[in-house]
Amino acid sequence: MDEKTLIAKRVALELRPGNLVNLGIGLPTMVAAHLPAGVNVFFQSENGIIGMAPVPEPGAENEDLSDAGGSPIGAVPGAASFDSAMSFGLIRGGHLDVTVLGGLQIDEEGRLANWMVPGKMVPGMGGAMDLVSGAKRVIVAMQHSAKGTPKIVKRCELPLTSVRRVDLIVTELAVIEPTDKGLVLREVAPGVAVADVMAQTGAELIVPPVVPTMPIGT
Amino acid sequence: MSKVRKLEDTVAMIPDGAVLMIGGFMGVGTPPHLIEELLRQNKRGLTVIANDTARPAVGIGRLIAAKAVRKVIASHIGTNPETQRQMIAGETEVELVPQGTLAERVRAGGFGLGGVLTPTGVGTVVEDGKQRIELDGTVYLLERALKADFALIAAKRADYLGNLEYALTARNFNPLMAMAAETVIAEAEDIVPVGVIPPDSVVTPNVLVDCLVAKEHRHG
Repeated sequence: MDEKTLIAKRVALELRPGNLVNLGIGLPTMVAAHLPAGVNVFFQSENGIIGMAPVPEPGAENEDLSDAGGSPIGAVPGAASFDSAMSFGLIRGGHLDVTVLGGLQIDEEGRLANWMVPGKMVPGMGGAMDLVSGAKRVIVAMQHSAKGTPKIVKRCELPLTSVRRVDLIVTELAVIEPTDKGLVLREVAPGVAVADVMAQTGAELIVPPVVPTMPIGT
Repeated sequence: MSKVRKLEDTVAMIPDGAVLMIGGFMGVGTPPHLIEELLRQNKRGLTVIANDTARPAVGIGRLIAAKAVRKVIASHIGTNPETQRQMIAGETEVELVPQGTLAERVRAGGFGLGGVLTPTGVGTVVEDGKQRIELDGTVYLLERALKADFALIAAKRADYLGNLEYALTARNFNPLMAMAAETVIAEAEDIVPVGVIPPDSVVTPNVLVDCLVAKEHRHG
């Protein structure tokens, strides 16, 4: 299993039947394909729909129906569409159960930076700031390091997305929970040692006496 | 009384330097013929308020590529390298706004409010220069309302009075912007006789719409 699939599968275990879930572009989008059996959730796309689904078949694209990246999608029976104020009312108003986003950096206080690299990349925050501020649960799905540089750091150098502490970080090496005491190592990936995770993390990790392996077959 | 006008006459009302709200999300729900006509009439110095600048050859991205835009207020420009290039080169001013905040600022403009209080952006660079207000233990930013000279709206279906219906994710910012501009120009895929669109299906009531142009078909 490749690293991204592992991350997507582990994040999918966090979703509960009936949850309203928003998946960011890229790696987080892969979570939809790995829902455990019996877990039906509703996916929101912030451009204005609950009930997004893959395009049912090639040729069935609808020019009025796309995801937040502009790619064609489908809609499940029972889907609902709405304007952008309603869409962000759902996000900010406490109606969104889970958001899964990518990350550039996360610090010891669990604060996420994921929207710009000054001088290099200024894409804009899109919906990320509202999602992190407003979702009931924020899960960051990302690779543990970028070209060998740890993405989990003492203090974010990149501009923050929100000062809100995210709820869970899932990488190809570990599951880490930011708490008021610091970053707690909750799980390691199959075949990964606690020492490996620590070596690739740029922040202090709190390591409980027992750290289970992610409940995912390899 | 029909509000259908010739495309060229409608766009001719828009002067250089006008502030435009343009509906759409990555080009979906952006009025294609209105964009095309803005380009053909070679408008300059526009301020564009929109969710994003799409891609260089798509929707609002075409206005950016043609250097018709002086200032952009948007939530996302990451899919358009040309917008980023113009911003870094200082050719185009870009104000980045969190998407939910942008939606609310436009809504506030159309709904007669001076602004909104949102927790989004507190403690980030978005807070710079803004007033922080604490209410019942939560910190909010005061975000001011946005208004425009013209709103360019894409609708799925209109009647001749200007009642508008939208389709799926092509709705996005369109109904909000139709409230927030001095003059509202709507491009509809279909224009149907008055009475065909049931009252419960009307999202933008006709009184908000000043001019209609047809994207494709007209009936009756």
